[in-house]
Amino acid sequence: MCLELNSVEAVQKALATQRYVCEESLATAIFLALRLPKPLLLEGEAGVGKTEVAKVLAAILDTDLIRLQCYEGLDVSHAVYEWNYPRQMLAIRILEDKSVARDEAMEEIFSSDYLIERPLLQAVRHKGKAPVLLIDEIDRADEEFEAFLLELLSDFQITIPEIGTIRAETPPIVIITSNRTRELHDALKRRCLYHWIDYPNVEKELRIITAKVPGISERLAQQVAVFIHQLRREDLYKLPGVAETLDWAAALLALNQQELSTEIASATLGAILKHQEDVQAIRKNKLEALVSTATAASGS
Amino acid sequence: MATPETFVNRAIRFGRALRRAGINTTSGQVMDFVRAVEHIDIGRRSEFREAARACLVTHRDDLEVFDKIFDLYWRAKPDFTAEAPDGVPPDDAIPFEDEEEGEGEGEEQQDGAEREGAEGRRRLEMVESTDEAADLDDSDSESDVFSYSAAEILREKDFADLTEEELAQTRRLMEQLQWRLGKRRSRRKVASPKGRFIDPRRTMRRSLQTAGVPLRISRRQVKLKPRQLVVICDVSGSMDRYSRILLQFIYAIENGMARVEAFVFGTRLTRVTRLLRHRSIDEAMERVAREVQDWSGGTRIGQSLQTFNQEWARRVLRNGAVVLIISDGWDRGDPEVLRQEIAKLQRSSYRLIWLNPLLGSPRYEPLTRGMQAALPYVDDFMPVHNLASLEALAKHLSSIDDHRPERRQQPLMSGTSSPAA
Repeated sequence: MCLELNSVEAVQKALATQRYVCEESLATAIFLALRLPKPLLLEGEAGVGKTEVAKVLAAILDTDLIRLQCYEGLDVSHAVYEWNYPRQMLAIRILEDKSVARDEAMEEIFSSDYLIERPLLQAVRHKGKAPVLLIDEIDRADEEFEAFLLELLSDFQITIPEIGTIRAETPPIVIITSNRTRELHDALKRRCLYHWIDYPNVEKELRIITAKVPGISERLAQQVAVFIHQLRREDLYKLPGVAETLDWAAALLALNQQELSTEIASATLGAILKHQEDVQAIRKNKLEALVSTATAASGS
Repeated sequence: MATPETFVNRAIRFGRALRRAGINTTSGQVMDFVRAVEHIDIGRRSEFREAARACLVTHRDDLEVFDKIFDLYWRAKPDFTAEAPDGVPPDDAIPFEDEEEGEGEGEEQQDGAEREGAEGRRRLEMVESTDEAADLDDSDSESDVFSYSAAEILREKDFADLTEEELAQTRRLMEQLQWRLGKRRSRRKVASPKGRFIDPRRTMRRSLQTAGVPLRISRRQVKLKPRQLVVICDVSGSMDRYSRILLQFIYAIENGMARVEAFVFGTRLTRVTRLLRHRSIDEAMERVAREVQDWSGGTRIGQSLQTFNQEWARRVLRNGAVVLIISDGWDRGDPEVLRQEIAKLQRSSYRLIWLNPLLGSPRYEPLTRGMQAALPYVDDFMPVHNLASLEALAKHLSSIDDHRPERRQQPLMSGTSSPAA
């Protein structure tokens, strides 16, 4: 672990150098995850910056980021390891020609040389500095996979029948994210530290925008922050996340806008709202009021 | 308390009734019928009827008369109890000829009355409830064969008309229903000799025995998983007579299937999945009642579905879920909101089924604004007013399989598409 990260404050500062704006509670969770060490489970709505934490952490610690994107049906051969079958087939023919004994041949073709490492095995076999292992959107994987993860998370070891148990020399720093499309199992949660990332307040979002969209005017950034903040109070199917805020700010910047207007907001609404019903509802009734609140707030 | 007659006696009397009606049924045929019944599923009225027809009727012309007598005789367990409230004397030897003569005529008159509607139905029900109570008490000692009638009556009886006692019985029958939700393909694979996919790992291992030549290919196939079921039940005032029993129904499927999410709504939506996961149904019901504030209040289906779409859909509608909405469609909200929300719900579910207790009545037409707005977006519109309709639902659910039945293949109901003036 890097020496600089020896306090919560230090973590917060280090994150800031990577333009990741976070409050003390998240910094504390990260700090503890590094110290204990324990996996950190981050939950929150889509687009609030959960995945980003892992990326930023890898950058700060100057180590590798190993990412496992979860999906339904994710299984051992995609998450942990797979044998290189074509190579094994060829090898066996060659060994046969050389009249190598079968036991020996077995040993040969089920050795690490023929092993394809998938993210989890990579993380466990990683040499040197502990990598950051990101297990992204675990709620998309099915319960079977969650159960499989338990062994890995408590002991940082993986068992391959043909080879044996492989134990991590330096346990990886594990960040698990979930959009909460389903409830995770308690057994998994028990093994992790937990942090819920909420939507930021106006000031924090403003800081994020200015950090992440260089070149944007203070005035426009503030209008965007206020607009989004108000928008999140509306009845929407999908509230815009920070990711959408940044997309929108970047879009406005690309269009050379200095200030929000109803027209430009209407034209770019698709950057923030991703449901037709939401776009329609806002465009029809609310847009003007939202824009005027936003511009008024930045004017004062 | 009356001792229930044996099935044999009843069958014999049924045979006599047929003869009086001019059907030439022999006692040999009646005995065939008695034997036949041992081989069929007695819980299924249609099967029972077919068995009786096959054994007792030999002329096509007699079928219509047979059906009429069958309906009266096996549905209502008619007149002798009504006329002799003390019940059936235990002794088989006592002749019933006189009473039966009366019975035959009475039945025919009643037949007309029943078809007229309510009056006849009420009379039949009076008969049923007295007769049936006796059956229920003896349900353990009696053979399956005899309990047929009691269960059969209960199956067809509208939930709204159940007595406390019948409710308890209905509850027990509900628990026996087989709830199997169709399967969906998952992205997992399992070993299977006839699978579509090659299993390289096992093939490799096996080929070691044949010098690396994969003579036998191991295969895998897609694993099937049960679908998620989501139930959204209306507990507002107009549903009062149904909501309690329907919640018990949800409880029953909740405990029969692993993946059920349950919600109730009146003016607002409440998730009750966890509440219903209780060991005792009474306790579960108690907790639901306590938790759900707007029990028996007004109805705002549209808003409730909106809440569902916004707050829950992403969490509970994963992987091709089947959604059941249980409501009579009386909505005090804006029909436009309902239309919009149900359209969205249909898009995000694998199958959207609306269960309406009023649909059990033959004269019901879904004319309320709410129902009108919702219908075009409902895949299946089904009744849910008695046990028989729940059975039909159970059957339908298990047929929703790996391949999605086409959506709205036919007009949902006659009368819903407004004919041009």
